[in-house]
Amino acid sequence: MDASAQPNPMPQPVVVKRHLASTRIWHWVNALSVFLMLMSGLMILNAHPRLYWGQYGANADHAWLEIGSTMNGRGFLRVGSLRVGTTGLLGYRLDSNGQPNRRAFPGWATVPSGYDLAAGRRWHFFFAWVLAIGLVAYAAISLGNRHWRDVAPRPDELAPRHLWQEIKDHARLHFPTGEAALHYNSLQKLSYFGIVAILLPLVILTGLTMSPNMDAAWPWLLDLLGGRQSARSIHFLCAVLIALFILVHLLMVVLAGPINEVRAMITGWYRVPQPVRHPRESGDPAFASVPDATADLDYRIRGNDEGVAE
Amino acid sequence: MITRRGFVGSIAAGAGGLLLSGCDKLNASPGFRDVLRSAEGLTLKAQRLVTDRQALAREYGLGDISPVFRANGNSMPASTDYQRHAAAGFADWRLTIDGLVRRPLSVPLDRIRQLPRRTQITRHDCVEGWSAIGRWTGAPLSILLDAAGLHQEARFLVFHCADSFGDTPYYESIDLVDAFHPQTILAWGLNGHPLPIANGAPLRLRVERQLGYKHAKFVQRIEAVADLARIHGGKGGYWEDSNDYAWYAGI
Repeated sequence: MDASAQPNPMPQPVVVKRHLASTRIWHWVNALSVFLMLMSGLMILNAHPRLYWGQYGANADHAWLEIGSTMNGRGFLRVGSLRVGTTGLLGYRLDSNGQPNRRAFPGWATVPSGYDLAAGRRWHFFFAWVLAIGLVAYAAISLGNRHWRDVAPRPDELAPRHLWQEIKDHARLHFPTGEAALHYNSLQKLSYFGIVAILLPLVILTGLTMSPNMDAAWPWLLDLLGGRQSARSIHFLCAVLIALFILVHLLMVVLAGPINEVRAMITGWYRVPQPVRHPRESGDPAFASVPDATADLDYRIRGNDEGVAE
Repeated sequence: MITRRGFVGSIAAGAGGLLLSGCDKLNASPGFRDVLRSAEGLTLKAQRLVTDRQALAREYGLGDISPVFRANGNSMPASTDYQRHAAAGFADWRLTIDGLVRRPLSVPLDRIRQLPRRTQITRHDCVEGWSAIGRWTGAPLSILLDAAGLHQEARFLVFHCADSFGDTPYYESIDLVDAFHPQTILAWGLNGHPLPIANGAPLRLRVERQLGYKHAKFVQRIEAVADLARIHGGKGGYWEDSNDYAWYAGI
């Protein structure tokens, strides 16, 4: 919720420095490179839109996932034995000239938009370096300034009761306000921790496992991931999860007040959402301690010249 | 009336469209392609830095062999000369080794089959994404190179092939790190049988730490050179010249 949209705006909105410069730079470098990697990745997948488990896998072998088209112009996605028609989206469509196009993913979803495996790979590997160097630099900085503690979930936050409460709050679009809005909640921590500490490293490792030279040098990659074709499948599943994360992330930004949230990620300055009392929800524990939080916040900001939350 | 959410949504959609058409424009710009290509050199240097140059590709067991080894690229060279050799079971096939060597060679196929052989069950990874495991038997390339004796200035080996796409002959090239690698062989057998034509008979390069398009099929001549600029399109291989594939295909 944007503070300006509140029915009873605070006389002096509280604005704090919410995000470190390292976080902001990394966020936007990632925003660009992850999008380009997802889209160039779909270009590469267009070259062979079949996924396998194990060490090998080619056309004569069983694919657990396949995107294709029938002779009479029906696109389909098959996962295991489940087959769904995807004409127009996956596998088959008519291009702007009315000509059939049988690529797995449509041009608007790939980089470049026309079929060009060499170019797709070049984009992918260039931004793979950007992503990997960024991840290592961010991890080093976050260890140095202890920012990782803001993102790593505490044991008490992982208690099922606590998580269930947060899931209910999210589902009702009750976003934290005041002091609570200056911390990541458990669901955010789990998402960010999952992306930074699990998905990004896994997507890099599975990417490396597809490299025949890396497999020769580090054969443990093949043992760890169950073979090159398994690594390729896991790489794709990681990409799906990253895409889902981006969708939910963007949805949350829009719901929480896009201008305030995007400005905070560009300039660092964040207008702290202020609590609104809903009489019928006054017994909600999420709102119980809110009125005191702002006073505490003022104190904290005055006591800290940099004003960086935690 | 424009709502804030609608406004943000249309900005996002507009930015997405700009990003996509911008990518295509950048992709068409030679300067930007060079920027992207710079990562290729970085990948080669970084991989060679952190990996053992002599590291062997994984060798699998007999039970891991693909039931069908997919053949890709040209499955039958169009040249009448090649087809005459194929009809004769490659009885008169000779491999030429020349260029920057002290003793240019013309080796009969039979002689190559009599050389010390190496058999390896390895995984073939296509640039498209699929993999097939096969049991390859052939002569280590290093034996032939030692027999020919490379000149000091030789840096690359160019593999001239009997197949072509249209009028453009297929060729590939590797550097000396891969040329003298113990698993780099000129294969004449696949899965216990003579190498099938679709897989590159009578001789196919196996360069196990790189992708499939580096594994030149139908090899008839190996040329040692100091640089690749004067060979065909100058980028070191048929796909490199025609479709801008990366010369280093270790990833």
